[in-house]
Amino acid sequence: MIVADKKPIEEIVQEIEDVKSLLIAGCNECVTVCEAGGKKEVGILASALRMYYLNKGKDVKVDEVTLERQCDHEYLEEIRDMVERYDAIVSIACGVGIQFVAEQYPKMRVYPGVDTCFMGATEKRGLWVERCQGCGQCVLAKTGTVCPITRCAKRIMNGPCGGSTKGMCEISQEIECAWQLIIDRLAALGRLDEYEKLFPIKDWSTDRAGGPRKVVREDLQQ
Amino acid sequence: MITKTPSKLEKVLAAGHLGVTSECGPPRGSDPEEIIKKANLIKNHVDAVNITDNQTSVTRMCSLAACIRLKMEGVDAVLQMVTRDRNRIALQSDILGAASFDIYNILCLSGDHQSFGDCKAGQNVHDLDSMQLIQTIKQMRDEGKFLGGDDIKRPPQMFIGAAANPFADPFEIRVPRLAKKIAAGVEFIQTQCIYNLDKFEKWMELVRDRGLHEQVYILAGVTPFKSAGMARYMKNRVPGMDVPDEVVKRIAGVPKEKQAEEGINICIESIQRLKEVEGVKGFHVMAIEWEEKVPEIVERAGLYPRPVVE
Repeated sequence: MIVADKKPIEEIVQEIEDVKSLLIAGCNECVTVCEAGGKKEVGILASALRMYYLNKGKDVKVDEVTLERQCDHEYLEEIRDMVERYDAIVSIACGVGIQFVAEQYPKMRVYPGVDTCFMGATEKRGLWVERCQGCGQCVLAKTGTVCPITRCAKRIMNGPCGGSTKGMCEISQEIECAWQLIIDRLAALGRLDEYEKLFPIKDWSTDRAGGPRKVVREDLQQ
Repeated sequence: MITKTPSKLEKVLAAGHLGVTSECGPPRGSDPEEIIKKANLIKNHVDAVNITDNQTSVTRMCSLAACIRLKMEGVDAVLQMVTRDRNRIALQSDILGAASFDIYNILCLSGDHQSFGDCKAGQNVHDLDSMQLIQTIKQMRDEGKFLGGDDIKRPPQMFIGAAANPFADPFEIRVPRLAKKIAAGVEFIQTQCIYNLDKFEKWMELVRDRGLHEQVYILAGVTPFKSAGMARYMKNRVPGMDVPDEVVKRIAGVPKEKQAEEGINICIESIQRLKEVEGVKGFHVMAIEWEEKVPEIVERAGLYPRPVVE
């Protein structure tokens, strides 16, 4: 899923000081799971903003809505009638959802209420960890199903570097060395001999380097 | 004696002599005098001098410019090149730039993470890793081709080096990792500073078991401690460094004013012992901000005068 984190309220209000009415829009998908932008967080942010405006003596209408998905035109269309009643929308979906809201409503001011962080998973409640950077050419088959692009701070394809100490990365005692994980897993699978295969120079054109990406499936486009 | 490049270091090693290299960090400014002074202190006692490439990610004068300064002083340079700051266009371009000044040695590194340096908020590149950089230079030199496949007019002639850290974890892949670098095309290795000689000897034994010592020139890295404080810092704070307690105790056991001398003694004793290790083909003497001590170390270790090769 896409993992996001709440923005501080001070940062959000800076951008919307002049508005008289505001719609807080959440999303039922990833950001609900990581507790940054679901229905519950919409309620919390709306309450905090109402309190903020009350303390400032400002009369600002703050309403709430949570969509099934913000990264989908169909669901965004459902709030068309509602949207016109507000000066601005604060979306607390991921960066994709926030932009899709703006694309759907070109004349509407739309602001982010979260920082979108990465593609990851829930290690436990309150701890989300990154696992994929969407490089567009998956290497996991050759790296013991541990992604060095995501999990090595230097995205080294033939690691580990000289900074790996007791299984941890040179940059932090709290970050596991991706290559230690790869080696441990290859060893567990009895495939450590694969370690000695040189990983060829990677084609990054399917990564961010190639510009904005698309997946086109003509068989599905009717 | 087969050599692939005009590198003096390569010629010394190929002739069967113990090679000696040292290293200088470029200044944090544009004044070249400092690097020229450092180079002249050590030029007669080493075969080549490494110039570090923004080591510990602290911004300095570029390695290439400093190597050219050395070349102008008649000193052979080892151009250190990290993959942290340059993509494959910049790497190949800098290699050609260095080759245009007839810099004949290069050391391929991934580089310390930028979070250690003065630009913590910066991006890192890592388009290639150090092994892929080795492959790139080998292709440029031996096939005369860019990574993109086009021909290079006057290809670079560079003796290709890399680092090896026998002390980093996991230990069991440290020798396979060396084998991988050899497969990529590396020709000389400079190791991490050696203080744990027992562990280094164990590593060399595993290197010899696979015959790797006959496929690559291994230069053992040594760094003299200036003080007990430095020994403790290296032990506790420098990633991938293995400083045994007894070494720290030894230097801490002498009065403060004698610690520098003791540091030099430890360094020379290490070289003497490492000379006996089969497969060690030379020494990389890294006297950090203490370059003036390199001649003394080299002389007392019996590595002076340096051989003359044509």
